Amino acid sequence: MTRRIPTLLLTVFAATLFGSAPVIAQDAKGKPAPAAPAAAAPAAAPAAAAAPATDVNRFNRLLKPANQRNLPPMQDGIHDPGSEGTAALMPPLSAFETLPRSNAGNRVNWVKALEDRAINPRWDRVDANAAPVVMDLNIVREVKGSMPDVVYPHKQHTEWLDCSNCHPAIFIPQKGANQISMAAILLGQKCGVCHGKVAFPVSECRLCHSKKKDGPVARSGQ
Amino acid sequence: MKQVPWVTRVRRGLTALLFAVVAITLWTPSDSRAEYGDIVINNYADAAGMRPAIFPHWFHRIRFRCKVCHADLGFQFKAGGNEITMLKIIDGQFCGACHNGEVAWSVENCDLCHSGKPNTPTQVHESTIQKLAVPVGQGGSKK
Ligand code: HEC
Ligand code: HEC
Ligand code: HEC
Ligand code: HEC
Ligand code: HEC
Ligand code: HEC
Repeated sequence: MTRRIPTLLLTVFAATLFGSAPVIAQDAKGKPAPAAPAAAAPAAAPAAAAAPATDVNRFNRLLKPANQRNLPPMQDGIHDPGSEGTAALMPPLSAFETLPRSNAGNRVNWVKALEDRAINPRWDRVDANAAPVVMDLNIVREVKGSMPDVVYPHKQHTEWLDCSNCHPAIFIPQKGANQISMAAILLGQKCGVCHGKVAFPVSECRLCHSKKKDGPVARSGQ
Repeated sequence: MKQVPWVTRVRRGLTALLFAVVAITLWTPSDSRAEYGDIVINNYADAAGMRPAIFPHWFHRIRFRCKVCHADLGFQFKAGGNEITMLKIIDGQFCGACHNGEVAWSVENCDLCHSGKPNTPTQVHESTIQKLAVPVGQGGSKK
C-alpha cells in the first residue's frame, strides 16, 4: 500500500506535465505546414516520446524544431494564455498568408512584400498618401578572406527608414569611414542594430555578402 | 510468468519518471518561440502589478514604415530604452500617438498591450543573441 504512493504521485506528476504535451502536439497539427522542413520535424517529437531512452541522443540537440515557428500568441511562450487580451490578438500566420515568404526571421520577404505592393505601410502616421524619398546608392564594402563583398543598398533601406535613423548615430555618412565587422554585427551594433532584431537576421549571409570578388586583387582588402 | 507486484509498480514509476523527464526536455525550449521582433517591455509593469506590455513589430510594420515610429515619434532602437509610462501614453507620446481612438484603438484596452506572462524580462524576441546556441551574457535576455 505504502509502496503504491510514489508510483501514483509520479503518474500524476507525469500526467500534469503531459497536460502541456497536447500543446506541443497541436503546434504540429494546428497550423498548415508552411515549408517542407515543418513536416519532417513533428515526426521527431512522437519518436522521442515513444523511445524516451534515446532522447539524450536525439537528432537535433541544439537546433530548435521547425514546428515552433510563427506560433499564435496563445502558444508563443511570452504571451499569457490566461489573459483575455491574448485571445484577441492576431496570429502571425494569418497575416503572412498573402505575403512572399523567406527562410528566416518572420519568414516574410519584407522587401518583396513592399515591391509587390502586397503591403503598403504608411510613411506618415496619419497621411496614407505620403511617400518615402528613396535614394538609390549602393556602397560596396570589400571583405577580407573568402566571403563575397558586402553591398549595402540605400534603396531598400530608405523605403523603410529615414536618413536620421542611421546617420550619424550608427554610420558616419562617408564611404569607408565606418569600421564594421561581423563580431560587431552579431553583438547588435552597426548593421546588427536592426539585422538580427527586426530586419532579416544574420543567418542570411548571402543577402549582404552579395558581390562576387573580382579576383585575387580584391582579396587583399583595403 | 507472473512478476512480483511491486516490481511492476516500480517499473511503472520509472516509466512515468522517464516520461516526465522527456516532457520537461521538450517543454523547456519553449521560452523563445515568439514571433521574430516581438518586444517585451517590462521596466515598470511587473512592479505595478500589470502584465508586461508586448509590442509586435510584424503587425505594425505591415501598417507603418519604421520611420514613423523611430524618426517621427522618437522611439529609440532599444527595447525598454524609451522609459514609456502610462502618463506619457495618455498624453499622446509613444504608443499614445496612435492608440488614441483616432489612428488605432485607445488606451482603455489594457489587456491588448499588457498581454505578457508576468515576470518576462524586457527583451527582443528571436534576436541574434537569444538565438546563439551557446548563450552569451545574461542568458538571452537583453538589457
Ligand atoms: C540603414 C542605414 C542607413 C540609412 C537609413 C541611410 N544610410 Fe546613408 N549610409 C549607410 C551606410 C552603411 C553607409 C556606408 C558608410 C561606410 O561605407 O562606412 C552610408 C553612406 C552614405 C553616404 C556616403 C556615400 C559616399 O560615397 O561617401 C551618404 C552621402 C549617405 N549615406 C546619405 C544618406 C541619405 C541622404 C540617406 C537618407 C535618404 C541615407 N544615407 C540613409 C547607411 C544608411
Ligand atoms: C536601422 C535599421 C537597419 C540597419 C542599421 C541596417 N539595415 Fe539593412 N535593412 C533594414 C530593413 C528594415 C530592411 C528591409 C528588409 C527586412 O526588414 O528584412 C533591410 C534590408 C537590407 C538589405 C536588402 C535585402 C533584400 O532582400 O534586398 C540588405 C542587403 C541589407 N539590409 C544590408 C544591410 C547592411 C550591410 C547593413 C550595415 C551596413 C544594414 N543593412 C544595416 C534595416 C536596417
Ligand atoms: C546585415 C548584413 C550582413 C550579414 C547578414 C552577414 N554579414 Fe558578414 N559582414 C557584413 C559587413 C558589413 C562586414 C564588414 C565588411 C567590411 O570589412 O567593411 C562583414 C564581414 C564579414 C567577414 C569578414 C571578417 C569580419 O568580421 O569583418 C566575414 C568572414 C563574414 N562577414 C561572414 C559572414 C557570414 C558567414 C555570414 C552569415 C552567417 C554573414 N557574414 C552575414 C555584413 C553582413
Ligand atoms: C497601447 C498599449 C498600452 C495600453 C492600451 C495600456 N498600456 Fe499600460 N503600458 C504600456 C507600456 C508600453 C508600458 C511600459 C511598460 C514597462 O516599461 O513596464 C505601460 C506601463 C503601465 C504601467 C506601469 C507604469 C506606469 O505608468 O504606471 C501600468 C500600471 C499600466 N501600464 C497600466 C495600464 C492600464 C490600467 C491600462 C488600461 C487602462 C493600460 N496600461 C493600457 C502600454 C499600454
Ligand atoms: C508602430 C511603431 C513601430 C514601428 C513601425 C517600428 N518599430 Fe521598431 N520599435 C518600436 C518600439 C515600441 C520598440 C521598443 C522600444 C522600447 O522598448 O522602448 C522598438 C524597438 C526597435 C528596435 C530595438 C531592438 C533592441 O535592440 O532592443 C529595433 C532595432 C527596431 N525597433 C527596428 C525597427 C525596424 C527596422 C522597423 C521597420 C521595419 C521598425 N522598428 C518599425 C516601435 C516601432
Ligand atoms: C504609428 C502608430 C502606432 C504606434 C506608435 C503604436 N501602435 Fe499599436 N497599433 C497601431 C494600429 C494602427 C493598430 C491596429 C489597430 C486596429 O486593429 O484597429 C495597432 C495594433 C496594436 C496591437 C494589436 C495587434 C493585434 O494583434 O491586433 C497591439 C498589441 C499594439 N498595437 C501594441 C502597441 C504598443 C505596446 C505600442 C507602444 C509601445 C504601440 N502599439 C504603438 C498603431 C500604432
